Amino acid sequence: MSDDHDHHGQSPPADIALRVKALESIMVEKGLVDPAALDAIVDHFEHKVGPRNGARVVARAWTDPAYRQRLIADAGAAIAELGFGGGQGEHMIAVENTATVHNLVVCTLCSCYPWPVLGLPPVWYKSSAYRSRAVIDPRGVLAEFGTVLAPDVAIRVWDSTAEVRYLVIPERPAGTDGLEEDRLAALVTRNGMIGTARL
Amino acid sequence: MNGVHDMGGTHGLGPIAPETDEPLFHHDWEGRVHALVIASPTRANIDAGRHQRELIPGPVYLAMTYYEKWFEALRQLLLSGGYVTDEEMAAARADPAAPKATPRLAPQDVTRGLSRLGSYLRDAPAPAAFAVGERVRARNLHPTGHTRLPRYARGRVGVIERVHGAHVFPDTHAHTGVDDPRWLYLVRFTSRELWGPDADEHDSVSLDLWEPYLERA
Repeated sequence: MSDDHDHHGQSPPADIALRVKALESIMVEKGLVDPAALDAIVDHFEHKVGPRNGARVVARAWTDPAYRQRLIADAGAAIAELGFGGGQGEHMIAVENTATVHNLVVCTLCSCYPWPVLGLPPVWYKSSAYRSRAVIDPRGVLAEFGTVLAPDVAIRVWDSTAEVRYLVIPERPAGTDGLEEDRLAALVTRNGMIGTARL
Repeated sequence: MNGVHDMGGTHGLGPIAPETDEPLFHHDWEGRVHALVIASPTRANIDAGRHQRELIPGPVYLAMTYYEKWFEALRQLLLSGGYVTDEEMAAARADPAAPKATPRLAPQDVTRGLSRLGSYLRDAPAPAAFAVGERVRARNLHPTGHTRLPRYARGRVGVIERVHGAHVFPDTHAHTGVDDPRWLYLVRFTSRELWGPDADEHDSVSLDLWEPYLERA
């Protein structure tokens, strides 16, 4: 196994595209799937969900203290207020970074990830390297992302072992007072909401 | 099952190496596999899908890309569920005599279907055994079937931090399709409890664990 193969999804067996196509044909012919529904699903994940949804949630939490309270108390309901929800986001919990606590989300057993607010996970989140190390060496993992925490900052790792999904609320960057919600949302990165980056 | 998928704490699996461009799908077939898995009648049981991927032999699992694993598990679920036959796979076409089903997901329902809340919360069969603040030990269990109790937590003592309610129990649901709801708890373990004295004294790992995985400590 080369790293390229594992981490970048490149150089699969040459015939897999044909095998997938053959299975799709069989499923369509048998009425198990509708090809137009398949197109719509791909379109949904390419264009309708993604980390910009989560960024709007975070920006609202930064600017509206009452929303932030609702988000911490019942993340699913607060996220639904902004119109987001659904598969792989049925049971949401928002966890806040502070000056003394940093949160990091992983799924060691597979690839659980909050689709409605972050879209589909990047390849590294699903990789054996991240899944194996985030729980035992979170500081080493963060360093690989260029994120170095002060020694007295506590790391809380969240291993998504059930259908509960975790969203990290990063700390609002200094010097952003007075910025409007849209401008703030543009500062929120996907890795910030997984916890591998600080903003 | 004690498979290679249960990899929390394993050393030597390489650098994380994030991509610079991070395409959502690296090839068109990956997007098709994702869509097939979501639209397939087999999607009704997410736990069975996860278990099917765990059943991929360890050396093969580690060598496969993510969507290769999804494709292989989908193929197996369709065969074992009787949706598709070996003969059809070999011929790469449907048996012309086979009855035609109605797709579970119609195109106009995709957005609604993907955004519909499919809760895993169920009515509780009995009162919760544990309360917030209680110390619990993850039991030393090694089931050969599907489980969501990672090996690295087994035998370790943590504290109940939240009670999520009774949720569909994957250890039963993956194999039978029966919900068998059990209480689900957020349990926090110190990193030193999990990994010993060299772990950082400030750090912790929290897991969502079902009641049958836990005993009073």
